[in-house]
Formats: sequence, C-alpha cells, structure tokens
Amino acid sequence: MTPLANYLLVSALLFSIGLAGALTRRNAILVLIGIELMLNAANLNFIAFWRYGQHPEALTGIMFAIFSIGVAAAEAAVGLALIISIYRHYKTTNLDQIDVMRG
Amino acid sequence: MPDEVTLSFFILDVLTIVGAAAALTLRNLVHCVLALVLAFLGLAGLFLQLDAQFIGFAQILVYVGAVAILVVFAILLTRGTESTSQSIVSPSWIVSSVIAAAVFGVLAWTIQSSMASQHPLPPQPEVTVKQIGDALMSRFALPLEVIGLLLTAALIGAVTIAMQEKQGEK
Repeated sequence: MTPLANYLLVSALLFSIGLAGALTRRNAILVLIGIELMLNAANLNFIAFWRYGQHPEALTGIMFAIFSIGVAAAEAAVGLALIISIYRHYKTTNLDQIDVMRG
Repeated sequence: MPDEVTLSFFILDVLTIVGAAAALTLRNLVHCVLALVLAFLGLAGLFLQLDAQFIGFAQILVYVGAVAILVVFAILLTRGTESTSQSIVSPSWIVSSVIAAAVFGVLAWTIQSSMASQHPLPPQPEVTVKQIGDALMSRFALPLEVIGLLLTAALIGAVTIAMQEKQGEK
C-alpha cells in the first residue's frame, strides 16, 4: 500500500467516525464535534494530495486548508453560540427533546 | 528511513483514530473534549509529517488552543440537566452506524482501486512561511479578504446570538 493511500484511508476513517458521531449522539455539542472531525478529515485530504501532487510549489492545497480552518473556526463559534442560546430556552441540549420551532 | 516514517505514521494514525473514536463514544462530555484534543494533536502531527509545517502549527493554535476551549466553555455552560440513566445515543443509532460504515466502505474501496493513490512521493517541497504570506497577499488576496469578512460577521453573529436578549425576564 502506498503512503498516499495510507493517508487517504486514515482520512476516510476519520470522516466516517465523525459522521457516525454526528448521526448517533444525542447531545448537540457532540454533533458539532463530529462535524469538526469531518472538516479535519477533509483538511488531511487537501494536505496529502498537495504533498503527493505534481506541483507542490503552487501552494493550492495549503491555501485551501488555511481557508478551511478559518471557516471551521467560524462555524464552531456560531454553532456553540446557537447551542448556548437553545439551552437557555429549553434547558437541555439533547437534540430529540428540541422538536418545536415555536419560541 | 522508510521504517521510521512508517512507525511514526502508525503512531500518529492510532493516536488520531483512537482520540476521535473516544471523543464520540465516551459518556462524560469533558472526557470527550480531552479525547478530541488528542485527535487534533495527532492530526497536527500528520500535517507536520506531510511537510506542511504552517498548517500543523495553525492546527494546534486554532483547534487545540481555541476550538477545544470554546467547546469546554459550551459544555460547562450547558451542564446540569443531563441525567446519567439516559442513553447517550439517539434511538436510530443502528441505522446511522450502518450508514457511516457504508460511507467508509465506499471510500476505502475507491481509494484502494484508484490510480491516483499510486503516485510515488515527490521530492520535499521548499515551503517557507514567507512564501505562504506572499501568496496570501498576491494571488489569494481576495479569498483572504472574504475569509476576514466571514470571521468578523461570524464572531459578531455569535456574540449577538449568545447574548441575553431580554434582561428583565431572567
């Protein structure tokens, strides 16, 4: 097995773990953590393909990963603010108990 | 040399996967975040091993330094109601696990059968932080501006959402 396939497999496994966590856990914060793990798996793919690509001096993979980290940070901030706001209202962060949109 | 690379890759690999799996299976939320930090550190190590030093250190700064702390704050602010007798997974967890396993199966099969993953390792690229800064200021100037605007809007939005809306009510 080639090194690139190794990295891609780790990334695929990380993505699947994040997906399983985001789909199965009841706590909203852990769903957010699962999404973060999926974004990180994508970053690992960007960097692995950049390193094993034909033109690493073009820096496209690095740039994409930088912007992806920035977007993930913004997403985490807004997501956690939403969870805190929902908790104030419902007094719970369990997703199956938050089932009405009426305020 | 190849043996060392394989060994360190294996260690980082196990660290990342075990951390991620523990982060999403443990019952105590604070333990989950600690396992998540472990997974982020393993990922940063993988980035360093791929000669992307800047991304590796940015990963440590942003994820271990900021996102993990933010998650800890959110957990501590929303604590107190979760009862220990309740199940930690949703009722439809079997279907969800099957979907995740199927996604991994398809991805792994594609990677194994793909020609793109057969590339040999090219020589180590010379990437300095100066080059990254030059590229950010010339070729990627517009995306940089957009991400700055996005971060500003997201942080103002986060503060607005999390602020107490009616002071007299509480």
